[in-house]
Amino acid sequence: MVYYIAFILIGVGIYGFLTQKNLFKHLVSLTIVDTAVNIFIISLGYIEGKEAPIYSKYTPIANFVDPLPQALVLTAIVIGVGTLALGASLLIKVYEKYGTLDVEQIATKEAEE
Amino acid sequence: MRRFISIVIVFGLIMFFINTLSLLPKYGSVNISKVSEAYIDKNVNGNGGNVKYNESESLENGAANVVTSIVVDYRSFDTLGEVTVLFTAALGVSLVLNGIRRKKYGRRPNFILRVSVGILLPLIILFGTYIFIHGHLTPGGGFPGGTIIAAGILLLYLSNEEFDLSKTPKFVEGISGSLYIVTGLVGLAIAGVFLINFLPTGIVGDLFSAGIVPIVYILIGFKVGAELSGIVADLHREG
Repeated sequence: MVYYIAFILIGVGIYGFLTQKNLFKHLVSLTIVDTAVNIFIISLGYIEGKEAPIYSKYTPIANFVDPLPQALVLTAIVIGVGTLALGASLLIKVYEKYGTLDVEQIATKEAEE
Repeated sequence: MRRFISIVIVFGLIMFFINTLSLLPKYGSVNISKVSEAYIDKNVNGNGGNVKYNESESLENGAANVVTSIVVDYRSFDTLGEVTVLFTAALGVSLVLNGIRRKKYGRRPNFILRVSVGILLPLIILFGTYIFIHGHLTPGGGFPGGTIIAAGILLLYLSNEEFDLSKTPKFVEGISGSLYIVTGLVGLAIAGVFLINFLPTGIVGDLFSAGIVPIVYILIGFKVGAELSGIVADLHREG
């Protein structure tokens, strides 16, 4: 089931990327795809009836889901944040230059110059 | 027309993914791999196994949180690269946005915002610190803890127009990043491997356990907090 949620979110992200004209919406769409891929990788490590991979008072011996995808996704999330921040700062520069984030209006302004 | 074609493309893509599902194991019944098994039993060097909370002692890695033990111990070099990526992103943001004026709202922020920041900020910073100090025992760690601290800094920026971090993030970031590498080099000097866990690992579940894992996670917490605060400070400007 979670697989389908991840696929639908990837679809939503790609649909947004294809149809929207606002550059900021492109960035948000890419972030949605990023999140969907993370959900998919995490769900690959889930095992029915097992606990989060932390030794604690409640799980004193190992009865854990796969910890490896979670560790990899931790890396992916941090890099996603970095990309998002860099993209947002580039968009600020674009807005400063053209006064708009619309792809078609930017193309017209480019053609006029 | 454009929307219709997009819908067709997206639908085809989703159908393609759904068709590949038969190659994957069924959701919830994945077989745990040999590598993950070794990580969970702390048995990568072949002298662990049967870990028990509050009893097992002097394992090759004493972190109760298995994900932390992978991220900060077994794959610590990878995490060093990851922190470098975040540093590069923060550097890029401050380079791209260099010289843009600071945003002024022209009026005093809301009374509720100003008062609640005074109450909430110490709690937020305390919570962030708790998260990254207990990274090897509970869910969380340096990355979420640093993000929570950066959220506190964002509140400060919103509530006070004159507030400015100026160069503090750069210093904190540089110092904690260098200390991370120094920790790795000390391991290289003592045991001959970069970033090896050279301290005694203690009992699984103690606060003072797991060797260099809490030290490295505290450094990462400071570094991520400083980097994200720097990004917040750079983005909080007038376009």
